[in-house]
Amino acid sequence: MAELTFVRPEFRVRIDRETCIKCGRCVHQCGWSVYHLDEEGRPIPDHAKCAACHRCVTFCPTDSITIEKNPLAYKDSDSMSPAHRKAIWRQAETGGVLLTGMGNDRPYLRIFDHLLLDACQVTNPSIDPLREPMELRTFLGRKPDFVQVAMGDNGSGPRLLTELDPQLKLETPIMFGGMSFGSVSLNVHRALAMAAKESGTYMNTGEGGLHADLEPYQDHIIVQCASGRFGVHADYLQAGAAVEIKIGQGAKPGIGGHLPGEKIDEQVSTTRMIPQGTDALSPAPHHDIYSIEDLRQLIYAIKEATGYKPVSVKIAAVHNVAAIASGVVRAGADIVYLDGFRGGTGAAPTVIRDHVGIPIEIAIAVVDQRLRDEGIRNRASIVAAGGIRSSADVAKAIALGADACGIGTPVLVAMGCHVCQKCHTGCCSWGITTQRPELTRRLDPEWGAERVSNLVRAWSHEVAEILGALGVNAIESLRGSRERLRALGLDESTMRILGVKPAGVGH
Amino acid sequence: MALSSESIRNVPTGPSRKGPTGIEPARVTAGQPGSDKGTVTLEGDTARIDARGIYYKTLNEQIREALDLGARTVILDHVNGQRYIGAGLHAQGVTLVVNGVPGNDLATFMDGPTVIVNENAQDGIGNTMNSGLVVVNGDAGDVLGYGMRGGRLYVRGDVGYRVGIHMKAFGEAHPVIVAGGRARDFFGEYMAGGELILLGLGESDDALVGSYVGTGMHGGVIFLRGTVAEHQLGKEVGVAEPDAADQARLEEVVGDFCRVMQLDATAVLAEPFVKLYPYSHRPYGKLYAY
Repeated sequence: MAELTFVRPEFRVRIDRETCIKCGRCVHQCGWSVYHLDEEGRPIPDHAKCAACHRCVTFCPTDSITIEKNPLAYKDSDSMSPAHRKAIWRQAETGGVLLTGMGNDRPYLRIFDHLLLDACQVTNPSIDPLREPMELRTFLGRKPDFVQVAMGDNGSGPRLLTELDPQLKLETPIMFGGMSFGSVSLNVHRALAMAAKESGTYMNTGEGGLHADLEPYQDHIIVQCASGRFGVHADYLQAGAAVEIKIGQGAKPGIGGHLPGEKIDEQVSTTRMIPQGTDALSPAPHHDIYSIEDLRQLIYAIKEATGYKPVSVKIAAVHNVAAIASGVVRAGADIVYLDGFRGGTGAAPTVIRDHVGIPIEIAIAVVDQRLRDEGIRNRASIVAAGGIRSSADVAKAIALGADACGIGTPVLVAMGCHVCQKCHTGCCSWGITTQRPELTRRLDPEWGAERVSNLVRAWSHEVAEILGALGVNAIESLRGSRERLRALGLDESTMRILGVKPAGVGH
Repeated sequence: MALSSESIRNVPTGPSRKGPTGIEPARVTAGQPGSDKGTVTLEGDTARIDARGIYYKTLNEQIREALDLGARTVILDHVNGQRYIGAGLHAQGVTLVVNGVPGNDLATFMDGPTVIVNENAQDGIGNTMNSGLVVVNGDAGDVLGYGMRGGRLYVRGDVGYRVGIHMKAFGEAHPVIVAGGRARDFFGEYMAGGELILLGLGESDDALVGSYVGTGMHGGVIFLRGTVAEHQLGKEVGVAEPDAADQARLEEVVGDFCRVMQLDATAVLAEPFVKLYPYSHRPYGKLYAY
C-alpha cells in the first residue's frame, strides 16, 4: 500500500466494462502509469496518478474511458480552499517547493476578454480580405529616426541612401516563443522548425542549444542565450537568424531554471554541452549583467560575434516593466520580447507562477507608451507573449502597441497538449514535455509541423478578417491604434493605463 | 546617376521624435564611432595594427580582415580599452598579441585562438569561451570565464569578483583558469565543471580569496595554494587534501602556467594546496515536491 496521503485523487477514471475489449492500449498509452491489467486482463486505474491528459481517452478504440473530476466534497471555505488545503498537505508530507508547469491558471482578470475591437459601418467602408490584398508582413528590428532619400531631378524615382539595420521578416505577426530542447522533446523542436519555415516566421530555441538536426532551418530560428549559457558558442550564435538574450520569463520572473538531471539524456547533454545526469542550473540573473550598461556589453558582444545580427532581449512583465524596457532599448536591443504572467513554463515553483508578474496587456500598453514618450519607440520592435490564446488576442495585442506576438502554449496545444500542467514531471503522454524515447516518438514532427502551420494560417486569416472589418489593409495600420479598442467592464484606472476608452464612447 | 543631379531629403519615419514630455531623445550609439582605421602592416604571416584611438568595432573588423588575408599572428599596439577583442573568433593556430590594456569581454565566445595581453586586462575575459588560451601578464578584473566551457585563462596577478562563475566541462572540453595572485568574492560560484586554481604568489595584505567561494557549486574542482576558512565557503563545497591524481594534475597545469609566466614551478608547487569540491552534482535534487 502506498504511503498515506491526505491528498485525494483529483480525477476519477471511469471504464465502461461493457464495451472495454481489454486491448490494453490504455496501459501502453498512459505516460503516468495509471493502468495495470488484472488477472482477467481488465485495465485497473490508479486514479491518483491521472493527469486528465486524455491520451488514453483519445486512443481507446471503443470510447470506453472517461475522466471525471473527483466529486469528493470538502467543507466549504472560501478562504481555505481545497487547493490550499491540498498544497499544505503535500508540503507537510515532503517539505518541498511545489512545482508546476504551463501558465498561471488562477482566475485573475483576463483583460483581453474585456477589450472589444472596432469595425467600419457606412462612411468608412470595410474591406473584404478574400478579394483585396491584406498585408500581414512584419519586420522586427530597429527602424531609423528618419531615412535619407535622394530624389532624381530627371524623373527617376527616389533612392534610399540610409543603411537600414538588419530586420527579421515575418510573413505574419506571429512567432513561436522560446522552449528549450530538454523542457520539450527534440521532435517538438523539429516540428516547430519546419512550421516556422512553412509559415514564414521564426521558432526560438530557448535555453537548450540547437540540435544538429535543426541546422537546415536556421534561417527561421532565433537562438537564445540565457544565464546558464547552455549550448552557447560562437557557431551557435552565428547559426541563428537572430539572438535572444533571456533575462526573464513571464511564468517565473526573477528566478532561474533547474532542468533536473533525469531529463539530461545523451541528446540533451550533447546539445546543451553539459554532462549527462547533472542538474542543468540556469542562475536567476546573468552574473555578467548587473546593470543596463552590462546588458549593453552583452548585446554588443553578441553583435560582434555574429556580424551584427538583430538581438532580442526577453523580459518578464513586472511592475516596473516600462522603465526596464526603456533601458533595454537604450542598451541597444533591436527587439524587446515581453512575456506576461500567464506565459507557460516547463517547470516553475507554483507560488512564483501564480503570484508574480503582471498581465501582458498592461505591459504592452505601458511599454509602448513609455517608448513613445521618450521618442525611442522606433529603435526596437515589441513582441508580446505570455497569454495569447487566439487570433483575437493577437489583434488586440497589436492594437495595444505590440509589433508581433509570441506563442508557446497554443503551438503545443496544436500538437496534442491538453494543458494538464504536469510538464515538470517528464511523463508527458503526448510526447511533448518528456525525453523518454517511448513517449517522444509518439510525436511525428511532420504531423506536428502541419498542425502548427495550419494554426498559424488560420489565425493569420482571422487577423486579416479583423483588419478588413476595421477598414485597414495592413497590420501596420492597426499597430498601436488603441482608438480601435474599447473596454467593457474595466475600471477607470485600468482603462487609463491601457489608453483605451470605455465601450459607448465614440471618437 | 550622379548625386549632383539629385536633391537629398530627410524623410521622417514617424511622428515627431519629441514625445509629449518634450525630452529630446538621447542618441543611442555604440560609443564614438570614428571613420579612422588602424594602420596595418603585414610581414609574412604577422600583421601589426596600430590601435591608437581606433573605435572597437573598426579594430575588430581589421583583426578579422588581417586573419582573412592569411595572418597567423596579429599584434595590436597601443590598445586602450577597446572591447570584444577576439570575440567569436573561431580559428586554430592563430595568435593575437595585445600591447596595452584591452577592454571588457576579451575573447568572449572565442573558439581556438591564443590571446596574449602584455598588460593588465579588464572584466569579462573568456565569457562563454569554447577553446583557446588567454594569457594576461598583469592583473585582471571581474567575471572572468563566465560560462566558460573549454580552453585556458592564465592571469599573472590578481583577479576580481565572480571569477569562474558557472564554468562547465563537456566531453573533451575542460576549462581551466589559473590566477597567480588573489581573488575576491564568489570565486567559482555555480561552478559545474573544469578547474579553478589560485596561487596567491607574492606579498600582499589581501586574503587569498574572498567569501562565498563555490556557492551553488555542482561540478568541477577548485585548488587553492594556501588555506581557506569554513566561513568563506558556500554550503555546497567540501574541502579535502589533494590526492596523488590531483597532485599530478596540479603539476601539469601549474607547471604549464609557470612555463608560460616564466616562474619556478618547483617552488610554486612546494607549498600545500587545498582542494574544494562539490558535495553533489544535484544540489537542488531534493528541493521540490511533485
